[in-house]
Amino acid sequence: MALMDYMTTRKDELVGWIRKFSLFPYPFVTACCGMEFMAVSSTLYDTDRFGAALPRFTPRQSDLLMVVGTISHKEAPVLKKVYDQMCEPKWVMAFGACATSGGFYRNYGVLQGIDRVIPVDIYVPGCPPRPETVIDAIMMLQDRIAGDHHPILPAESRGREPAHGNKVFPIYPVVDGVPPSET
Amino acid sequence: MTRPAPLSPEAFQQELGARVERSWQSFGMAVLELRAENLLPTVNALRDKFDFTLFLDVTGVDYPERSPRFDLVYHFYSPRHNQRVRLKLAVAGQQPTVPTLTGLYGSARYMEREVHDMYGIGFEGNADLRPILLYEGFVGHPLRKDYPIEREQPMVPYRDA
Repeated sequence: MALMDYMTTRKDELVGWIRKFSLFPYPFVTACCGMEFMAVSSTLYDTDRFGAALPRFTPRQSDLLMVVGTISHKEAPVLKKVYDQMCEPKWVMAFGACATSGGFYRNYGVLQGIDRVIPVDIYVPGCPPRPETVIDAIMMLQDRIAGDHHPILPAESRGREPAHGNKVFPIYPVVDGVPPSET
Repeated sequence: MTRPAPLSPEAFQQELGARVERSWQSFGMAVLELRAENLLPTVNALRDKFDFTLFLDVTGVDYPERSPRFDLVYHFYSPRHNQRVRLKLAVAGQQPTVPTLTGLYGSARYMEREVHDMYGIGFEGNADLRPILLYEGFVGHPLRKDYPIEREQPMVPYRDA
């Protein structure tokens, strides 16, 4: 007989454990930080070890939006649209000084931090950030996902919002705006 | 094949005559200062007589305390002479206008749009002066010295912090 035929855990821990090791990033790369992103995602630093190596090339299939580089006011609508296209659960990383705060650009054209437009879960400082910083940020984000509440059942998601303030969309059928349990 | 002799400011002066107010050499490049009404004939002569067939750039300079307030700086390149030339002209007024170069160089369309964005200088004859680097609805001209450095004109409403 096998030593362990079953295990017990909490649902949030199990779901968090699954989600933290399957982060599919969508790199929204706009500037020189992209070079650093290439370094961190390729062999030497290898974010694959954290389950976060498979960049998706559509926001609809990804759960981690990495905003890598300067965002101008003209580009902000695009970023917002990309964010809105992502399915829950989703997380956002502001990669580098420019995405975090506008960096050293203080002028008519540059958005002073992407958190003015979309909610951000983790900020990575640096111009550009060292790969170690990015890996640290991914691990901190993973810790946070592991400790988070993960509403997946209808009863859980009602009236509760995740810490980053995103709206939770109901996954049960809604008839005339009323969930089935309330009819 | 022998290279044509380098063009000196005097050579330009000789050909262009009184259309050039002042000319001098700056870091190996001839600089010609002229008045706005002489722009078109001068550029025409530069293109046809000296083979300045490539329009490199046009940009503006804002001197808020000076009158006339703006400088326009044009650069042209002649592949035959392997030489560049710079034209400077002062333009006055809050909404100055100069003639367009689109009739001589197709590439002038975009570059003049950029100067129009940034400095609010009009180009008479350029039919398409829509914003090119800025966006529709942007008020003001950000590279003018009196544009406030903190003024933001976001396209997406900010989230409540």
